[in-house]
Amino acid sequence: MTATGTDAVELQGVDKTFGSVWALAGVDLTIGAGEFVSLIGPSGCGKSTLLRVVADLEEPTAGSVAVTGTSARQARLDQRYGIAFQQAGLLDWRTVVENVELPLQVHGVGKAERRRRAVELLELVGLAEFAGSRPAELSGGMQQRVAIARALAPSPRLLLMDEPFGALDEMTRERMQAELLRIAGETGAAVLFVTHSIPEAVVLSDRVVVMSPRPGRITEVVGGRRPPVSGDDRAADTLDPDAVEDVRETAAFFEAVTAVREALRKGAATDGPAA
Amino acid sequence: MGSRDRRRLRSAAWAVAAFALLVVLWELAKLVLPAGGVTVGGTRVLPRTDDAAMPHVWTVLARLGAPEVAGAAEPRSVGAAIVSGALFTLGLALGGLVLGGIAGMLLAVLMQRFAVAEKAVLPYVIASQTVPLIAIAPLVAGWGGKIAIGGWAWEPWASVMVISSYLAFFPISVGMLRGLTSPRKADVEMFRSLAAGWWTTLLRLRLPASVPHLVPAVRLAAAAAIVGAIVAEISTGTRGGIGRLIIEYAQSATGDPSQMYAAILGAAVLGLVAAGAVGLLELGLRRYRGSVA
Amino acid sequence: MSADRGEITASGGVGTGGLAGPGGVGGAGGAGAVAGPERRFRGASVVVAPVIFGIAVLVVWQLVVTVGGLPAFLLPAPTAIAEQIGAQFPVILETAAVTGGNALVGLVLGFVLGVLLAILAAGVRLVADLITPVVLAASAVPIVALAPVFTTMFGSTTEIPRRLVVTVVVVVPVYVSTARGLRQVRPVHDELMVALAATRRQYTRFVRLPGAVPYVMTGLRLAAPAAVIAAIVAEYFGGLQNGLGSRISSAAANTAYARAWAFVAASIVLGLVFFLAGLLAERLVTRNRPGGAS
Repeated sequence: MTATGTDAVELQGVDKTFGSVWALAGVDLTIGAGEFVSLIGPSGCGKSTLLRVVADLEEPTAGSVAVTGTSARQARLDQRYGIAFQQAGLLDWRTVVENVELPLQVHGVGKAERRRRAVELLELVGLAEFAGSRPAELSGGMQQRVAIARALAPSPRLLLMDEPFGALDEMTRERMQAELLRIAGETGAAVLFVTHSIPEAVVLSDRVVVMSPRPGRITEVVGGRRPPVSGDDRAADTLDPDAVEDVRETAAFFEAVTAVREALRKGAATDGPAA
Repeated sequence: MGSRDRRRLRSAAWAVAAFALLVVLWELAKLVLPAGGVTVGGTRVLPRTDDAAMPHVWTVLARLGAPEVAGAAEPRSVGAAIVSGALFTLGLALGGLVLGGIAGMLLAVLMQRFAVAEKAVLPYVIASQTVPLIAIAPLVAGWGGKIAIGGWAWEPWASVMVISSYLAFFPISVGMLRGLTSPRKADVEMFRSLAAGWWTTLLRLRLPASVPHLVPAVRLAAAAAIVGAIVAEISTGTRGGIGRLIIEYAQSATGDPSQMYAAILGAAVLGLVAAGAVGLLELGLRRYRGSVA
Repeated sequence: MSADRGEITASGGVGTGGLAGPGGVGGAGGAGAVAGPERRFRGASVVVAPVIFGIAVLVVWQLVVTVGGLPAFLLPAPTAIAEQIGAQFPVILETAAVTGGNALVGLVLGFVLGVLLAILAAGVRLVADLITPVVLAASAVPIVALAPVFTTMFGSTTEIPRRLVVTVVVVVPVYVSTARGLRQVRPVHDELMVALAATRRQYTRFVRLPGAVPYVMTGLRLAAPAAVIAAIVAEYFGGLQNGLGSRISSAAANTAYARAWAFVAASIVLGLVFFLAGLLAERLVTRNRPGGAS
């Protein structure tokens, strides 16, 4: 089996408890190479915890976690994944390009090499001209794009994103979604994406994983409406931004949105009046 | 609650350990370092460590029980002299804090009410926090015995209180102004929408909101008032306070500084007592504590 | 008192000057997102109002003294003080250099010591537990009263005792501010470094130390004027008679009040110079950062 053929994430029977709080119960989830999977659910359903377990920021209480064919810890040490949070979390005192270089610098990549790679990534996210700027001079959306470039620096096979567009306004958000789809297509990385927004989950994902709280668990998996990417032709612009817009207006999109909404409602109903 | 108490107990234990360590270091320096100190190229880089420069800690403590003046008709122990001196200074500093605090708060309200006043005065208030105002202490000292207000002759201790209040005034006015202007715009607009006047807004919104800013300002002002009182006592020659005591002991006992060290220890304790008192005040005002630390 | 609460306390107190400082004095409050009084400073009135106020005070002062016949020991006329500044100018420069030199040496020593202690305390829990209560106590204690102690230990014929007093005074705000900066790592940066599998040393080098820089500079800015004040006050406790503080007290003792005020004016200028230098250093170092430590 080649590296790209390995599943990006494989979770089996993952439990996580914080003291007496049962954050995750019996989660099974497999994300294939290059697949885009969203986690959606109400607050406290454990979607962020699940992502953090994959990132080895939390240890599961029980169950097995494999990331790109190895343990979560080894995957983290080897930089097999890139991660982006809701806050861009750029270091104010570094320039934009230096921020993108950070993961490479941590792992001892030489100065010239990491600069070359960082500039390349800034071109990918369309911020090449801001390489020498300070994060504070950038808008929220631009900062988040820098954070994505940073996550991509070690050329990971997996991208973990915890509500990365949560703090952005709606217009910026939709633009960033198209951007992310293009980047995911170009890099071929699998993405695990946590979000609150149903349309966002549907338009981005191959599969939308619906979760419910107390205890946090997967209740349903709905097919997403990720626009098709023109396969191997990565040299050309593989994703027309309009394609994303078009998806938002299709009947299939609305059907999927309705399906996710129904699934969320069902999850809330089994949870009782507290939700 | 249990864990919080335990944490408090823990940091108290560490504080005791830290000061015990300081005592050990002091005694260790006496033991290890040469008695005459170390001089490099004409400058002494290590202190003299003989008993005339660094007395043993127990000598200093024992001195508290010794009579202040040998063979005096009414023997008073050094400890008693220090306590009474510290209380005297505390009284003056407290008087200064109250006077300066009231003046500072009034000025802050004035600046909040009239933007012109703020623009004109605030830069001076802020600048005054950064320049050595305490330098005027010897000058205010000159008022003693020279002026009389309505038949009341100006006493030297009044100079001390004036300097003390002067130092306490500035932090309080700045802290109070920051507190008065701290309510969010939405809150101020809500009061306006309720047709509340300036006075009601001040009483019900701005004053409560200023408490979290005022408390650290009072802590700063209290420390400043005590430093001010001690320095002022020294330069005015006001008798009875701990500052004067330090100087007197320093001059009277060249061969044995332990008495002076005891007095300095008393001044340190005085500062801690004042800080503790502000801490209690803070505890009492806890319910006004907002988002500001 | 818990150490943590105490620290907030001490820095909050020191911050009184800090927060209001930059925008208020410089009148350049527009850049930062600093809430508070300085937000209202706009336009020409920022400069005009205080200047008019300052001139008005001087004029009233002059009138009260000359027309109202206020005795000189209470307050000499501004013109008399100005005259003395002219007459004493060489002496003023000389004594200001001595006091300023003491303040500077103490400031540098105390700054280095404060930063090093804070870094040590951030790395070793035991050190933090031991140093923090001592520094907190020092912030409540009249440190200048230590002047006679240092004088007996080092002798009254050198500048060392005063410099040491300044050092101790400076250590307190620098330590408190730096320690706070080192503790205040944003959670997202924390997580990022874990996700990047960074070593402890890399974490310190890439995130913790650079993140603390604005706080270090705030500590320096707060300590700079305090150093001058400490240097002057330490002179009131005896020792060499070659600085501004000694001149003020000896002039006052000789009832040469206008001369004393001339030296007071020089002290104020010296304090402002240190304050502005500290402010400038802070601005230069943190100019690329949003918000800053204050």
